Amino acid sequence: MKGAEILIDALIHEGVDTVFGYPGGVVIPIFDVLYQTDKIRFILTRHEQGATHAADGYARATGKVGVCLVTSGPGATNTITGIANARMDSIPIVVISGQVATGNIGTDAFQETDMVGLTRSISKHNYLVKNVEELPSILKEAFYIARTGRPGPVAVDIPVNVSNSILRNYKYPSEVFLPGYKPVTNGNQKQIEKLAYAIKSAKKPLLYTGGGIISADASAELLALLDKTNVPIVITLMGLGSIPTDYPTFLGMPGMHGTMAANLALTECDLLIGVGVRFDDRITGLRDQFATQAMVAHIDIDPAEIAKVIKPQIPVVGDAKKILQELIMKVQPRPKDEWNERTNAWKNQYPMTYDQATESDILPQYVIDRVSALADPETIIVTDVGQHQMWAAHYYKHRQPRAFLSSGGLGTMGFGLPAAMGAAVGRPDRTVVSISGDGSIQMNIQEFATCAINNIPVKVVILNNSYLGMVRQWQEMFWDEHYSQTCLKRGPNCPPKCTGPRPDCPSVYIPDFIKIAEANRIHGYRATKPSEVDEVLKTGLAQSGPVIMEFIVKSLENVYPMIPSGKPISAIIPGRSS
Amino acid sequence: MIEKHTIIVTVTNRVGILARITGLLAQRGYNIESAIAAPTENPDIYKIILVVMETDENVEQITKQLNKLIDTIKVTDISHKNNYIVREYIIVKVTLNSRTRSEVLDLMRVFEAKPIDLATDHLIVELTGHVRKIDRFIELLKPFGIKEFVRSGEFAMTEYN
Repeated sequence: MKGAEILIDALIHEGVDTVFGYPGGVVIPIFDVLYQTDKIRFILTRHEQGATHAADGYARATGKVGVCLVTSGPGATNTITGIANARMDSIPIVVISGQVATGNIGTDAFQETDMVGLTRSISKHNYLVKNVEELPSILKEAFYIARTGRPGPVAVDIPVNVSNSILRNYKYPSEVFLPGYKPVTNGNQKQIEKLAYAIKSAKKPLLYTGGGIISADASAELLALLDKTNVPIVITLMGLGSIPTDYPTFLGMPGMHGTMAANLALTECDLLIGVGVRFDDRITGLRDQFATQAMVAHIDIDPAEIAKVIKPQIPVVGDAKKILQELIMKVQPRPKDEWNERTNAWKNQYPMTYDQATESDILPQYVIDRVSALADPETIIVTDVGQHQMWAAHYYKHRQPRAFLSSGGLGTMGFGLPAAMGAAVGRPDRTVVSISGDGSIQMNIQEFATCAINNIPVKVVILNNSYLGMVRQWQEMFWDEHYSQTCLKRGPNCPPKCTGPRPDCPSVYIPDFIKIAEANRIHGYRATKPSEVDEVLKTGLAQSGPVIMEFIVKSLENVYPMIPSGKPISAIIPGRSS
Repeated sequence: MIEKHTIIVTVTNRVGILARITGLLAQRGYNIESAIAAPTENPDIYKIILVVMETDENVEQITKQLNKLIDTIKVTDISHKNNYIVREYIIVKVTLNSRTRSEVLDLMRVFEAKPIDLATDHLIVELTGHVRKIDRFIELLKPFGIKEFVRSGEFAMTEYN
């Protein structure tokens, strides 16, 4: 069997039904095999970055390994952002790139790049396949490593002569041989007992959970633990949807743009139970002043996360699902008490609100609110990166896991549309709504063509404030309104030192997103007034194919609360009026 | 407290493993004092011996990150353990003249260092021993004028199994 045939056979063995990618010189042998099979759906994206994010979105929405296939050189380097993105958020994808023939490696051959060198620090693992004999075991390992333990991206670089070489007696291996890779899944019993006891003795316990709950498929366990113990809970961006937004003890998202209740609880708690989280700097703020009152417990599948940022008194390495199951059995029921009252009072004292009634411009928060009300409850929301992402996190009513997909760790603008495309391909039974800003959407705007031509029914909401809003907000708050290169309407006739919108600002936004829709032969709708929001959403969501829904929103709206970068949580700014 | 740590990393012998290890340390901002990669009695297993100057907390993190590499089988920080044999090898080129010759030769005798090459103006010497012995040897040779030296970096082996 030829190397290229082995690759496709391996994909089928691994249960891969969809591959995203882009062809090129050294992968023609592989694409020739794809041409002859009907077992794999290939989605030809318009850019390799789009293909990588699509594989990522597919993985997030389905829980399966996402696969992307590209050529060498620029094809391979275009996947770098997508691989780094998947790594930061622990998403299982396998990125297969072509490589020049082994004999040409190291000669700066046409379209040669050192893919293994480039991806070493941003992948979970990577391989250069030196000969066809090792191809089957490498592919087996790649999928195994991507989906087990702490999931992550694996890159496999296949030289063209390996794809063309013949291997006799090929059989896809049934097992992997990896003496150095044995993820621990069972938590230490004594530590779990210690944690159960700590919950019993704590006066102010707080759960802090993240993406680990989603990857471990541990939502049901988390809910059972909450039902039994009534412990207040904060959930990171990566973990949103693990439990419904309206769960009584849920205090919201913590961190830089977290709710007041979540951040106050973090500051005051005396037992902090981190599950599938990594104490990211966007959560902790100034590390030395983070949760100073608290005994810390940390449950994570990755031993290297324990004590990387905050040293826990109760470390538990293992699978969150299994550990929570045992914790539920060992922990004693905890009735609601003063701490519950106190945290609940914060929730009521500092609600996440906005006042559309007194505004003539559309408020972005209002659009998210209406999406939440009008879209099917099973909808998968995908976001880009920036202000709209935070508003979507806060104002969308999360109802189930794997239904809020967002670039958390890397903060990749341009993630939204291709990831939504991947999610829609993986979950054709669900509505997929991508929420973007006018900046982010332009970073992978070419993928509208992919959606249109394949009828991938992504509903794209663009919150257009004509700014790179998050950076503009920082400039407003901390840089004396020096709006340096954050206005997307800015042209040569603008004043050199602009400090905000003026009557003589350019009136036209380029590009015209409705014409982008037309050019791609999909429907496009625009709302410029609050009264038009519902109609645009209803019309757009009712279409069967991909849609653009553009909302011209208030340009200077800010995301609150906000903890300034590098400051402790106590420096939180609750809102404009406070 | 920043101090010297010797870390033994046992790995499966796969392409690019040394680059993975040194790349990992560089990526996370740790400095490597020395690194040796060498085969073992099992051709599939390599040992990489790293010396880093770091705090205990950082070494714990380094150890965990090294363990996380797919090809890593075992990571041991032997700095606080006494059941290890640690050795280093050095070649030194020392300036020589009729006045210093006998003193240098005396020093070599005390340290059991071996001459490799003798020229009119210099002597090349090799020495194997514990790192402290090598340090001392260099210290004592310095007054005579060291033209050049190359140290192997530390390598180590457990006394028991």
